[in-house]
Amino acid sequence: MKIKSVLFLTIVISLVFKPDFSFAGYDYINISNPFLKKIPIAVPLFKAMSGNEKEILISREGADLLSETLIFTRYFKVLNREAYLEDSQKSGIVTSKVVFKNWTGIGSEFLITCGVLVKGGVVDFEFRLIDTYKETMIVGKRYKGRFSERRKIIRRFCSVVIERLTGNKGYFNSKIAFISTGSGNKEIYLCDFDGYEPRQWTKTRNITLSPAWSSNGKYIAYTSYKKGRPDLYIENLKEKRGVVVAKEGINITPDWVPGKFALAATLSFSGDPEIYMLTGNGKIIKRLTENWGIDVSPSFSPDGKKMAFVSKRSGTPQIYILDLNTWKTERLTFEGKYNTSPSWSPRGDKIAYSSMNNGKFDIYVIDIKSRTPVSLTNNAGNNETPSWSPDGSLIVFCSTRQGPPRIYVMTVYGTDQRRLLEIPGEQTNPKWSPRDIKY
Amino acid sequence: MQKNLRICLALVLVVPGLLLNASCAKKPVSQQQSTTSMDNRAIQTDIERQRAEAAELAKMKAKEKFENTDIYFDYDESTLKSEAMEALKAKVEWLKMNPVVSVVIEGHCDERGSAEYNLALGDRRAESTKSFMVDMGIAADRLTKNSYGEEMPISSGNTEEAYAKNRRVHFSIE
Repeated sequence: MKIKSVLFLTIVISLVFKPDFSFAGYDYINISNPFLKKIPIAVPLFKAMSGNEKEILISREGADLLSETLIFTRYFKVLNREAYLEDSQKSGIVTSKVVFKNWTGIGSEFLITCGVLVKGGVVDFEFRLIDTYKETMIVGKRYKGRFSERRKIIRRFCSVVIERLTGNKGYFNSKIAFISTGSGNKEIYLCDFDGYEPRQWTKTRNITLSPAWSSNGKYIAYTSYKKGRPDLYIENLKEKRGVVVAKEGINITPDWVPGKFALAATLSFSGDPEIYMLTGNGKIIKRLTENWGIDVSPSFSPDGKKMAFVSKRSGTPQIYILDLNTWKTERLTFEGKYNTSPSWSPRGDKIAYSSMNNGKFDIYVIDIKSRTPVSLTNNAGNNETPSWSPDGSLIVFCSTRQGPPRIYVMTVYGTDQRRLLEIPGEQTNPKWSPRDIKY
Repeated sequence: MQKNLRICLALVLVVPGLLLNASCAKKPVSQQQSTTSMDNRAIQTDIERQRAEAAELAKMKAKEKFENTDIYFDYDESTLKSEAMEALKAKVEWLKMNPVVSVVIEGHCDERGSAEYNLALGDRRAESTKSFMVDMGIAADRLTKNSYGEEMPISSGNTEEAYAKNRRVHFSIE
């Protein structure tokens, strides 16, 4: 039902007041080191165009949500509204009416203006992203939608802003799957990328673990003890139908092959935990590892040609890379005696993992070419199970820094570590979905 | 589990009582020297019943011992230690005496390490236990592996003692 209503009325019109060719190829945000110096941006209250009650409500609520979403990206510093020199209800929203020095004067490099008009349940937003130093509009958009769709619309504009400034589409339609014990059992929950709208997805009333998104975002595979054993479930997200792989022993740690209806998982029916390639219907295609001892936790490279995994073949758990063309396996991690939970970055150049030193886990990122591991967490409880945002800018992970295990997000440089959501119970094992998830 | 323990306790208290009763009942008989064959037979069946009960109790105890004796492992190891092998030999004997019984071998881990890796480690512990028992002559189809990884600790706390108790293989009768 919800899906149908979404964007039912939403119309997007680019406001082309001036051709913005001059911005093509211009990097506003330095991609090589974008989080060190945050971009100062001003987000005044939206202008209530006719001044009715709903407009006044959206005026503040919308500006707050827009600010919050911009802050979530870790690229911006939203300037405190109290420092603004003008009243947005009295000033114009179009670029020609903006008094630029009022914004550059308080240190703002960018300004977002928005006029909001509510008529008969329909909300009409007019957004502009303005470069206050160049005194030009970078992008303008107009959206119409239902009152209930206002958050979706604000996020959509945010995604336009990020795309214009970084050249990257972001993750504004993505979700995060995780395990929570809020219901009394470990169950899979889903929430929006920024922690909004958490909801319980599985109702197994038993131990449920290791959610894995298919690359088209339509399926989740996971392990559950629904039938008393760790079996692998492959389910359609929307229709909640699927198949079970229930061979003797363990059927665990799924990871989907990018672009394919296929996944790898560890099965131990042969007597030993080995990684197999399976169809999305749970049929074994082939065995991928041939080694006595533990092989577990596969993670595919974005091109699907390589697979990182954990193996104990050298005596301690370490991360290895299997090349699926040459069938050669190579050890990736040499520092530390316990390296697990590999997660291949969406750009393909790095692998995040958790490493245990002196009994505590920290998250590391290793560059595949240089093989230099860098720790992203330090001295803050156990930090485990990293998972990349679909644009490769953020990492979601589990930490016990405040006692019970909970979910946090940080940049890929380890900065801006903040808790994702506050719900009852313990939360573990977050997995960031691909870019677009609808349910 | 707890219910079984309670039954066991009750029997331990009641049975000696019964035995005591029986020896008391005997005394007047020998004093009067007037035992009839009827009485004799009654006493005989009484003793038989008591013996049967005692045998039943022993059987139950053996079964409980089988289920309640876990075997333990070193950190991040699935190799059987010598104590574990001794305990498994006793379990093999019991399985040989109870040929219709099938069991689930559950591997568990302490909380250190990753949850996913520990599921595999629990499986390896169940596997090395199963192989040992198959090697000792138990049919493989009577032994089913299961692994709970670190999901079902028996002892909480972050002490080496608690960890050691959690690194176990537990048997349950199907």
